[in-house]
Amino acid sequence: MTSGPKRTPLYSLHCELGGKMVDFAGWEMPVQYPMGIMGEHNICRTKAALFDVSHMGQVILRGPNAAKRLEALVPAALMELEVGQARYTFFTNNEGGIKDDLIVSNAGDHLFLVVNASMREQDISHMTEALGGIEIIEIIDRALIALQGPAAEQVLMTHCPEAIGLKFMESITALIDGVSCKISRLGYTGEDGFEISIPEAQAEQIARMLLDHSECFPAGLGARDSLRLEAGLCLYGNDIDEMRSPVEANLTWAIQKRRRLEGGFPGATRILTEIAGGTNQKLVGIKPHGRAPARAGVEIQNQNGQSIGEITSGGFGPTVGGPVAMGYVDSKEVDLGSQVNLIVRGKPQMAEICALPFIKQKYKR
Amino acid sequence: MTTYYSEEHEWVTLDGDLAIVGITAHAAEQLGDIVFIEQKEEGDEFESGDEIGVIESVKAASEIYAPVDGEVVEANSILENNPSTLNESPESDAWIYKIKLTDPSQLEGLMDLAAYKTFIA
Repeated sequence: MTSGPKRTPLYSLHCELGGKMVDFAGWEMPVQYPMGIMGEHNICRTKAALFDVSHMGQVILRGPNAAKRLEALVPAALMELEVGQARYTFFTNNEGGIKDDLIVSNAGDHLFLVVNASMREQDISHMTEALGGIEIIEIIDRALIALQGPAAEQVLMTHCPEAIGLKFMESITALIDGVSCKISRLGYTGEDGFEISIPEAQAEQIARMLLDHSECFPAGLGARDSLRLEAGLCLYGNDIDEMRSPVEANLTWAIQKRRRLEGGFPGATRILTEIAGGTNQKLVGIKPHGRAPARAGVEIQNQNGQSIGEITSGGFGPTVGGPVAMGYVDSKEVDLGSQVNLIVRGKPQMAEICALPFIKQKYKR
Repeated sequence: MTTYYSEEHEWVTLDGDLAIVGITAHAAEQLGDIVFIEQKEEGDEFESGDEIGVIESVKAASEIYAPVDGEVVEANSILENNPSTLNESPESDAWIYKIKLTDPSQLEGLMDLAAYKTFIA
């Protein structure tokens, strides 16, 4: 174990591109490049942005009935996942909270998981304890990049024509510049795009090649955060955690019908009860009326000055052109269009409860 | 005209009987894209070190600290609707306050440009 933050295979490229490096979940990552968060955000909405997400955990599960076994830890239906298909899910705890969110894909002879950087170790030990007989391999010699935006397809097409056939949440293994890569059509920005797992030795070469395209620019974690917030996507640790259930977080869509009928995942009692009967609080979109961003931790009050919830993610949405936020409010207060007050630095700021996402998601269905 | 600099990255320059206060180009660059500023109002009095406003960038909220004692005579109203001016010209058009100094000799306790350059190096 080294002491300081870890570096991804693209570290020297980030430095060369002028990335402002920060410690994020134990990794030295670019928060932005000289273009700045706003510019990088806009590039992702209009052209193509390249993000290094190598800090996220890539894990292989291999063994008899791996999908069925993993279903004991997550509420997604994985057994019916066809080869080359991916699904968003989350590890739940016995109280129905969320231990981490992840993507699971069926890669034929194994399952391929992508988990949050800060949860890598915890997730692996959780699976190791629960999934005896299944081989659990953390991939530590591959980079992961996200190529996102309306021009992502065009940028990748030049180097990997096969990727064009993919639809949202589908993946293939294909050659890019002679290198075998795992390419999945998904992301966390609300835009069409791809996540590409690349052997570490060739990661920089491929990243440079993609960046050579006139429509493709590097983007950092700052833009990634404002993009996912506008897209209404939860950030683990902010919007979802061990206490909040997927029903409160509006993630019920990720619990497929068979699993609702059968249960058999941690916390099923609470989660299935909540699906049937509702929850006290709900995650909603919040649009402040003024220009002041309201960030995580800000109290939400109703018109009568009663506290009804708290913001869990908030900031400035460059595409929206103003502040945006999401947070939990009492379910009885969550009519769309309800006026609320956000207590920012002790002063009430008017805001409105609104639907998520703030922008139209543009996935290639 | 002499400009004075604080360790909190504000600049102060004399303008007749008044002083003008803003944030330095270095501060603006560190903050990144600025999207909002909360300013004090005319007549508000403050002491050196008091919080006299908040700047929100895409990344985070940062306080503005008074470099000297004084009273707000004018808050730059351009910034309310055009906070990005703080990124474009933090040391000219995007001044934040015109203030009345309580004790002009306090300026001597601040840095000159050379000292500030060394400070941020």
